[in-house]
Amino acid sequence: MADNLNKLKITPASFKTVTAANVDAQEKISTPSLTFFQDAIRRLRKNRAAMISFWLLLVIVIISVVSIWWTPSNPNAQNVAYANLPPKIGQGIPGFSGQANVGGRIVDKYAQANVPKGTYYILGTDYLGRDLFSRLMKGVALSLLIGLLATLFDLAIGVSYGLISGWHGGRTDNIMQRIIEIISSIPNLVIVILMLLLFTPGLNSIVMAMGLTGWITMARLVRAETLTLKSQEYVLAARTLGESPVKIAVKHLIPNLSSTIIIQTMFSIPTAIFFEAFLSFIGIGIPAPNASLGTLLADGQKAFRFLPYQMWYPAAVLSIIMIAFNLLADGLRDAFDPKTQE
Amino acid sequence: MTTNNTTARKKLIEVKHLKQYFNAGKANEVKAIDDISFDIYEGETFGLVGESGSGKSTTGRSIIRLYQPTSGQILFDGQDISQIKHRDMLSFRRDMQMIFQDPYASLDPRMKVKDIIAEGLDVHHLVHSEQERGARVNKLLDLVGLSRDHATRYPHEFSGGQRQRIGIARALAVNPKFIIADEPISALDVSIQAQVVNLLRDIQKKQKLTYLFIAHDLSMVKYISDRIAVMHNGKLIELATADEVYNHPLHPYTKSLLSAVPLPDPVAERARQRTDYNDAIEFDGQQRTLQEITPDHFVLATNDEVIAYRKLAQV
Amino acid sequence: MTKILDVQHLKINFATFAGQVQAIRDVSFHLNQGETLAIVGESGSGKSVTVRSIMGLLANNAQVKAGQINFKNHDLLKMNARDLEKIRGNEIAMIFQDPMTSLDPTMPIGKQVAEPLLIHGKATKKAALHRAEEVLELVGINNAKNRLKDYPHQFSGGQRQRIVIAMAIVNNPEILIADEPTTALDVTIQAQILELLKELQQKIKTSIIFITHDLGVVAGIADRVAVMYAGKIVEFGTVDEIFYDPKHPYTWGLLNAMPTLKTDSERLYAIPGTPPNLLNPPQGDAFAPRNPYAMVIDYQAMPPFFKVTDTHYAATWLLHPDAPQVTPPLAIQKREAEYQILLHQHQTLAQRSNVNDHE
Repeated sequence: MADNLNKLKITPASFKTVTAANVDAQEKISTPSLTFFQDAIRRLRKNRAAMISFWLLLVIVIISVVSIWWTPSNPNAQNVAYANLPPKIGQGIPGFSGQANVGGRIVDKYAQANVPKGTYYILGTDYLGRDLFSRLMKGVALSLLIGLLATLFDLAIGVSYGLISGWHGGRTDNIMQRIIEIISSIPNLVIVILMLLLFTPGLNSIVMAMGLTGWITMARLVRAETLTLKSQEYVLAARTLGESPVKIAVKHLIPNLSSTIIIQTMFSIPTAIFFEAFLSFIGIGIPAPNASLGTLLADGQKAFRFLPYQMWYPAAVLSIIMIAFNLLADGLRDAFDPKTQE
Repeated sequence: MTTNNTTARKKLIEVKHLKQYFNAGKANEVKAIDDISFDIYEGETFGLVGESGSGKSTTGRSIIRLYQPTSGQILFDGQDISQIKHRDMLSFRRDMQMIFQDPYASLDPRMKVKDIIAEGLDVHHLVHSEQERGARVNKLLDLVGLSRDHATRYPHEFSGGQRQRIGIARALAVNPKFIIADEPISALDVSIQAQVVNLLRDIQKKQKLTYLFIAHDLSMVKYISDRIAVMHNGKLIELATADEVYNHPLHPYTKSLLSAVPLPDPVAERARQRTDYNDAIEFDGQQRTLQEITPDHFVLATNDEVIAYRKLAQV
Repeated sequence: MTKILDVQHLKINFATFAGQVQAIRDVSFHLNQGETLAIVGESGSGKSVTVRSIMGLLANNAQVKAGQINFKNHDLLKMNARDLEKIRGNEIAMIFQDPMTSLDPTMPIGKQVAEPLLIHGKATKKAALHRAEEVLELVGINNAKNRLKDYPHQFSGGQRQRIVIAMAIVNNPEILIADEPTTALDVTIQAQILELLKELQQKIKTSIIFITHDLGVVAGIADRVAVMYAGKIVEFGTVDEIFYDPKHPYTWGLLNAMPTLKTDSERLYAIPGTPPNLLNPPQGDAFAPRNPYAMVIDYQAMPPFFKVTDTHYAATWLLHPDAPQVTPPLAIQKREAEYQILLHQHQTLAQRSNVNDHE
């Protein structure tokens, strides 16, 4: 500062009054305009774990979408002659060379089974000779589909239930909360087993069962948030302007709830996937021959001691999906609510 | 302060024996407002002062029907607002608007300024095209002294004073007759408070508005109001013109309140004599009503106290 | 008078997404033993950041760029966390704005007030509780002995702030920093708390730094006042000098913008515009764009402090010998007139007492 003063030439002209200070100019906001979501995404980008998870999930989703139309081979086609082949991508790649240790000797299983040259099973085959990679693709797709459907229930029932309960308050809220408590007191598994008595096991009954119970956390979160939002002055302002409750919900409540909703969704998808895997694993989930992560694990587990690859890969994929969703959800929570970070 | 001819003035708001209890009949009953009555004349600024918990904000919210009164009547332009039918509610909402206390909580953080300001226009279908909407928003921005480029920005980009001006523009959008200002400046910095108060006064003159100005800052209320009511424990304890309340306060609570106002004047501060107030005298079980002591000067008192107050007023 | 705290050329930046926010831009001030120094400024002026840096309570993204905070021959900025803890809550204590959040709702108040003693290992549990009772009695909690086991929610807002003050003074701190201690309170409670602080200062001989945005509060409690704007102190002096003979146009604006019970003009004087964004502080005087008296030089260079009296300095080019004479706003002229009368009274009083002495 002292330097500045020395350099500055003070002349009589320096003390001329500057009239009419341009107030308008200094009220200008020079910083770039960021919407709330842009700002949140900017913070999310800085979170490396969340970004890696995001890209991983994106790849997994794309592969599953592709599996709807194309898989390397038919995932349900049995070929007993090619049963239990180890993974093979090429000669000499450790773990993917098509060789197996049988009684202390390394054996080329592909040659033993007379597999024609050029036919490789990237992740090997199962006990019925089905291509595991194709089954895994289909299985992940099915698991994601279940996660998605369960989440739709979550959004449709949970959000509206929470909004209505929180907005009305009083007796309505009281009754609605008691209903929630009753539903949540019944274990999910009991509901699923009851559902299986009524319907055939399969996608529908699993989704129905999860739809019946999964929305409760969402409803509770949305209700709690709505209770605080409805006494916010901007909501009061909307009421004094004559805005109807439905419009207030759409214009003010849902946008301000969006971060809570998105985060909860991110947590509920892996929960649904895991629940499906669990059901299929214990044998009351997706029926054969369809593949899901749960059925793949159940099949692989039977021969785990001899053919570990049959379980390793589905287990790894399930773990990756679970971890990635959770890390992404954590990242989103920090991005949406920067206060929790510090 | 504008001098009004008392006899010819029209009553815009009449509050009659308003009671607002929360959790009525339960163990945790709160008598937020306990039987208050007052009128607000057209074109005036009616100041409502009181400390936290006095029921001043609740009064404002009851008048604008954010709450359903426990008992009593509120007349707006001669019409009982609790009797307004659903289809007339919209027009009532247009006539009466509110400016809120917290400039950070009163604007939806997810909406652009132009959508916040135009919310009332949309609700009441006051504009019919996107251009008309934009033009109205620009006009309102000009009115409250904000730049037109601000329309596409989000509330968090503004300072407290600017946000409060956005809130004022939102209230003005529907051309109300009556505005309730609920502590509109208490969250603002001193240098910004004056801007907002000047703005409120300018708009009042331009649009012939009536204000209910709720605040705890007595200097500011004195400055902006024509008449002032002092509230304490849900009751209206003194009501008179602004000058009368400040120069000749009668109720001991009002006196105590005035004696506590900090002054930007060290000499006066050194000489300050604060009088304490013990609210036990309110709970002696006697029935008190608002009684006229001198013309247009009302105090909550028993009949015996009235005589004492009259003597006091003559000194 | 001895300086108990001396802050020299403090500069603090905050790292944000948009860049470096220069929250404190070369702030120097000192605190004399036994006095009350008020730091006045709007939100964002840097007054709270300044005192938090004294307490070592800055946010994670804050960086001290330069400066010293000297307390008892130590630079607080260079101290390590452990040594700082010994000073914090012991020799320098702080009162926060909100009595609701500065007390732990799950702990009885006796324990909370005694805690600073226990933390600094100054007393046994029994002695600490006894001392807590004493201090609570001192800050005006009646029947403190029987209320030691009560929880914060059993007290009113004003009483809670008294408890917070008790917590701060239980160690007999040499410096008490009060960060807007009355802003959240009602007028009558505010008056009581201010009186309490004044009383306590007499009794326990502590020095107080009082942070506020409300000039009205300052007039009653301060001995000296520093006015902050945009991360800099723009004027400082004794309370009479600031209120009756202010020199900086910003101080004029602040004093003028507050209506008193006597104000009856049609419009209030309002400082136009808003404070600058400290991400890119303007060249020259940050107040220039809002200053009706701004001159060419205000946009070119930051004004240095010009001396008005030994105790009164203001950073405005208007005080430069070459600057034109300006007439301050009417209300300020009135204040100056009052001050002249005041000075005159003092002189006559002094003369009289002199005469009396000679006799």
